[in-house]
Amino acid sequence: MTDTTHFTRPEPETDEIKPPVTQVGVIGWIKANLFNTWYNSVLTLAVLFALWQLAPPLVEWAFLDSRWYTDSEACRTTDGACWSIIPNNIRFILFGFYPPSEQWRPLLAVILLVALLFISRNRRFWRKPLAYAWMGGLVVMGILMRGGILGLDPVESSQWGGLPLTLMLSVFGLTAAYPLGVVLALGRQSRMPAIKSLCVIYIELIRGVPLISLLFMSAVIFPLFLPEGITINKILRAQVAIILFTAAYVAEVVRGGLQAIPKGQYEAADSLGLNYFQTMRLIILPQALKIVIPPTVSVLISAFKDTSLVVIIALYDILKTTQSTLSNPKWMGYSTEAYLFLAVVYFICCFFMSTFSRKLERELAT
Amino acid sequence: MTDTVPTPTDAETPPTDPVQVDQNEAVIKIIGMHKWFGDFHVLNDIHLDVRAKERIVICGPSGSGKSTLIRCINRLEEHQRGKIIVDGIELTNNLKKIEKIREEVGMVFQHFNLFPHLTILENLTLGPIWVRRVPKKEAEETAMYYLEKVHIAEQARKFPGQLSGGQQQRVAVARSLCMKPKVMLFDEPTSALDPEMVKEVLDVMISLAREGMTMIVVTHEMGFAKSVAHRVLFMDFGKIVEENTPDEFFDNPQHERTKLFLSQILH
Ligand SMILES: Nc1ncnc2c1ncn2[C@@H]1O[C@H](COP(=O)(O)OP(=O)(O)OP(=O)(O)O)[C@@H](O)[C@H]1O
Ligand SMILES: [Mg+2]
Repeated sequence: MTDTTHFTRPEPETDEIKPPVTQVGVIGWIKANLFNTWYNSVLTLAVLFALWQLAPPLVEWAFLDSRWYTDSEACRTTDGACWSIIPNNIRFILFGFYPPSEQWRPLLAVILLVALLFISRNRRFWRKPLAYAWMGGLVVMGILMRGGILGLDPVESSQWGGLPLTLMLSVFGLTAAYPLGVVLALGRQSRMPAIKSLCVIYIELIRGVPLISLLFMSAVIFPLFLPEGITINKILRAQVAIILFTAAYVAEVVRGGLQAIPKGQYEAADSLGLNYFQTMRLIILPQALKIVIPPTVSVLISAFKDTSLVVIIALYDILKTTQSTLSNPKWMGYSTEAYLFLAVVYFICCFFMSTFSRKLERELAT
Repeated sequence: MTDTVPTPTDAETPPTDPVQVDQNEAVIKIIGMHKWFGDFHVLNDIHLDVRAKERIVICGPSGSGKSTLIRCINRLEEHQRGKIIVDGIELTNNLKKIEKIREEVGMVFQHFNLFPHLTILENLTLGPIWVRRVPKKEAEETAMYYLEKVHIAEQARKFPGQLSGGQQQRVAVARSLCMKPKVMLFDEPTSALDPEMVKEVLDVMISLAREGMTMIVVTHEMGFAKSVAHRVLFMDFGKIVEENTPDEFFDNPQHERTKLFLSQILH
């Protein structure tokens, strides 16, 4: 322990030279960042001009002249936004055709799901109890949605819709697709030709078709192959299609991460006597998956938004329920407001994912 | 634990060598081994016996196959003809046997190859916990013991990226030692280091040698070879060209190529 210190430098003197102060107050910041070169100055002025032109009418429309909690008649009397379409139809938008008297059940299920997601954000809780909490949560959500026991009225899954449907399709779709994608990526790197070509074929096939066609297949073609009398829930089939689709993309992203790991890491693991699974689980994947957090989250975010494609097989996710509201003559013509609301819902979810990914990156940085 | 092994107090003076090579027991036996990379004949008819507690230094020009040879011993490379027997087990495609041999053979790389996402302590305990199935607490005690030995116990909670090259290489040595290997392979362990860090790594290796570790070291540190090796092998074009005690090897080289090589690196 003595001989590790003999190269260390002496402690620096106390009156150290401070780094130069570059930012002097607001003016300094503006000068340094907005008007530091002539083209930056031009850009700044252009942006200011655009804001001056656009912002006032926008504020007027969205806030000053808008209606919030009125009926549709009141909306006709103003040029402003008719936000009233949202509160008036919120139940249908959020829960679709779920029986109104029972809508507390999907609400509770969604709250449970969101709570679990929030807890899972924190890596300190990534232990066994959280896994049990998820399993328990799943069962409770299933019971709440389906009913049929504990005195809850049974609700057919064809009546499910809105936000719970969107969230369930995405959360379970993404959590199942991720490990499947990792396995596919490992398979594609395998030295065994059979496994390797199977994975390559799968990935390339799936990536070669649009998600819509997979959803169609799951809805229309797949049931043809089932023996008579057996039907598989439509939501489940859509879910499987989403999982299979997303996994192929995750696989390619993860493969990129695997290729970035130097050969020396495999050799060091090998030379310790670790077997293949230990090497992957303990050495390679932790590093590879960390590298590809940003592109993985991109894939997951776009997969999340793609769940809205289930409308084409007549599932009422939150996009479809919002759209249906607009076909009501009373609310026709307020699509801007409705879609803006929808955009906000989607944005909140995507923002949750991307902040989580950045948080994770920060925490895992070594 | 190996607490009973005397720790040398001063690594500078190795006048007498207390370690006796066991003449009977060959830990590594290589018989008529060949290896090709495609058409390229990297290793040509290699014969080598390494006895317990013996220390062998391999040197030779770049590309002569030194790395490949020692990497064949723990099957990081696969040989194509001949036999390699390590600790009584012949190396074949049998994965279980390969893993068994790798447990007993430690390896230190030129570029350290520490696991950057794990702390120093985790780097050291990984092998014992997952391969040797040692309880975590015991593995950590062993790890701390070896970290003390390589003089970096205070860095145990840091990550490899926060250490200097010399420190990282000492961690790499300690990581191998934690597996309690029978043989240690070193592939140019000091050649990626800044000059002032070479000594701290060599000191660790010298003290390891004093404790009776069986070592095969690929290095161009001729001072180390002189003071530590029992035998020096000179390789060129995939063959072991010359093999001798360090004194004979340096003072009285037999082959022209050895002479040329020595004149180039010793001048
Ligand atoms: N994976 C590989 N595929 C093809 N050729 C290889 C491979 N690894 C090494 N070689 C070749 O085999 C020869 C011997 O390589 P090796 O690394 O064993 O040399 P070395 O004696 O360790 O050299 P150095 O002192 O530069 O480390 C070199 O010519 C090298 O180009
Ligand atoms: Mg080499």
